[in-house]
Amino acid sequence: MEHVKQFFASERPEGLKAVGVSEPRSDIHGHVSGQTRYYADRTFPGMLYLMMVRSPHHHARILSVDTSQAEKVPGVVRILTHKDVPKNVYTILCLIQVEPDDEPCLAADKVRYKGEQVVAVIADSVAAAREAVARVKVAYEELPAVFDVEEALKPGAPLVNEFHGQNWFVYEGHHCRRVRHGDIDKGFAEADFVIEERYQSSPIEHAPVETTGCIVVPEANGRYTCHSNTQALFFTLDNSALILNQPFQKLRLVGGTVGGGFGGKVDVIVEPIAFLAAMLTGRPVKYAFSREEEMQVSSPRAAERIYVKDGVMRNGRIVARQVRLYVDAGAYSRHSPYGTTKAAAHMPGPYTIPNVHVDCHCVYTNRTPSSAMRGFGVTIGDFALEVQMDKLARLVGIDPIEFRIRNAYRDGDMKAHGETTKGAALIETIQAASTLAGWPLSDEARRASSTAGVVR
Amino acid sequence: MSKVRGRGVAAVNYPTGMNLGGDPSQALVHATTTGNFVVSLSSTDLGQGLKTVMAQICAETLGVPVETIIIDTADTDTGPHCMGTFASRGTHRVGNAIIMAATEAKKALMDVAADELEVDADDLETDGKGNIQVKGAPTRSMPVFQAALAAHFKHGKTVSGRGIFLVQRSYPEPETGHMRPATCYAHACTVAEVEVDTETGEVAVLSLKSAYEVGRALNPKMVEQQIVGGAWMGMSHALYETTEPYYPARDHGPVDFNEYLMPGPGDIPEFQAAILERPSEDGPFGAKGVGEMTANSPIPAIANAIFDAVGVRVDSLPITPEKVLRGILEKGIASSEQRK
Repeated sequence: MEHVKQFFASERPEGLKAVGVSEPRSDIHGHVSGQTRYYADRTFPGMLYLMMVRSPHHHARILSVDTSQAEKVPGVVRILTHKDVPKNVYTILCLIQVEPDDEPCLAADKVRYKGEQVVAVIADSVAAAREAVARVKVAYEELPAVFDVEEALKPGAPLVNEFHGQNWFVYEGHHCRRVRHGDIDKGFAEADFVIEERYQSSPIEHAPVETTGCIVVPEANGRYTCHSNTQALFFTLDNSALILNQPFQKLRLVGGTVGGGFGGKVDVIVEPIAFLAAMLTGRPVKYAFSREEEMQVSSPRAAERIYVKDGVMRNGRIVARQVRLYVDAGAYSRHSPYGTTKAAAHMPGPYTIPNVHVDCHCVYTNRTPSSAMRGFGVTIGDFALEVQMDKLARLVGIDPIEFRIRNAYRDGDMKAHGETTKGAALIETIQAASTLAGWPLSDEARRASSTAGVVR
Repeated sequence: MSKVRGRGVAAVNYPTGMNLGGDPSQALVHATTTGNFVVSLSSTDLGQGLKTVMAQICAETLGVPVETIIIDTADTDTGPHCMGTFASRGTHRVGNAIIMAATEAKKALMDVAADELEVDADDLETDGKGNIQVKGAPTRSMPVFQAALAAHFKHGKTVSGRGIFLVQRSYPEPETGHMRPATCYAHACTVAEVEVDTETGEVAVLSLKSAYEVGRALNPKMVEQQIVGGAWMGMSHALYETTEPYYPARDHGPVDFNEYLMPGPGDIPEFQAAILERPSEDGPFGAKGVGEMTANSPIPAIANAIFDAVGVRVDSLPITPEKVLRGILEKGIASSEQRK
């Protein structure tokens, strides 16, 4: 790796001793020699195993639940339904005042995606738990399902989530998160060329080596300790206490070592129900996703559909950008309302465009709820924007690197979300990459700078 | 059959920390009577090396060797609140909290050393090797360890500090979307070179050459590891991964690593990276969060390189051989010879 020092040298203080040094990772020897203890390396006497009865349907009414045969399986200690969960309906981001609560811990009257949690079985062995799961009888009446974000927004589409009342999240009275900057119609009218393109992604799995899981242990002092691989201990603690209707101080989260996160372990799914199971049985309880559950039931990166309409001048200046972005949240909010706002804030990318119009929709469908993943709200948007930039550059016949530098944001430029740009470094980053790749630059592009203003 | 090469570029920026702020983290630092300093946190290390970088930040602030820093995390009974490790926030938010805590602890340490050495605390400095010395007269010095012992057993004073970092929450204006999403942004630019098999539609990534502006590389080797891992994930997103291969249809979802496709060792391209540093105003020693961003620029760069090679735009992810081949056939291009 090359350390390029030529840019911004005057902004960097020198004389640092401990930072800027490539210290080896402090826990690396434990990781590579197998000595690191993950949550699952802990065992406790009398530990029970929790496994989940899941919905086989994408959308269905629950008619009845019969656990009588499952209860007879030797080794089964307890079976939980929604009636056992003190505050069954929650939403993770209630901690930052996102409303409404829209997701049951265990499904009550309806299931809204295939794989949804319905009944929890707690047994003294994995084999007994698995046997009992197979013997729980749930009768369903299938309902029409919707899987496409634009279909879901049409009048008459099946209603996915009654807690919202419509198939989209409401942002302070608006059906989407909006960004408005300049005059989009004027921008398109002035443009030499206008193009509109459609981009689409599919859900993506975090694929950690270690699946999501936890062990909850009842302590002698009446408290409960949860050994978890969550990425956010207090998020998990606070949500669990609210769901269990327990004082926060009764719960303790211990973690800190994670076998791959990538955003997949910021949901709060396994811990609340494992806490409840430990409270009701008085014994340690483990709830860990199988690989199949990790891949098909735990939240993936959302699929997104993005329409980008641009107005561009022959000289390569983009004068208008309109973005319609649809986040497929699946059946429940989880972190998607936040991610959709982050997507809106990111538009129109690191470029200075005088007229910008952004509508980002958080849409509910009958699929596995999506949630946070590395680059949340940004990664797929960048795919759309940067392929669009390539198309625009070819349209006006300008080298794609030169085209980006011409439009790049510089210190002092106004952003679409109303902030003045500072600390910009896109131009220098592009210049360094072109040097590395042997991509020739014009003198004008080579001289461009994030700190020197430009007459637009 | 023929294989056609192409080159594509993409440039991105990425916000540091939880969008719109409002995501505090705390740190506590105290000297022990063993010569070590303990940093108490409830932050999670995802394997990216958070504990190591936090130790470096504390060592730099105190002016002591990094091996004397113990990172004690993550337990909600013993560590102060942390919002969590996500949104490229760990280094920036927790790092700043540690600087604040270590600064307070250092003042207490230097006050004790000033009494011991009978000088003004302002005339003292640490040497980064475990000693406190008089500026300009390094022979008048004492070990940090001795100052910590003196504080406890002789002066009856603690050598400790409290730190917190909070970016005030921003609330978007509903009509215009005016808001403050982040306080600083990192940058990336990737040039991808690919080879497309026009008979099968398969894409081989030959090289990824990228530059990253990271604010300040607090641990350059670990920055490089983030970059390499992120580029791999970006390439994997571009060409391989999805849990719903026929989205929006829900069928044929993979359930294990035999069915969930990712690049193998033989698919790894040549990789080159350069880093730039424009320190952020509010980052610990200028650092920004770069963990997430490193996956983003390779995806469109690869898509653009495929178009450069065969003139086919695949605007949906992942860019599978099936989609590329259908695009080639639709254009009536059976081989690159015919195309040229």
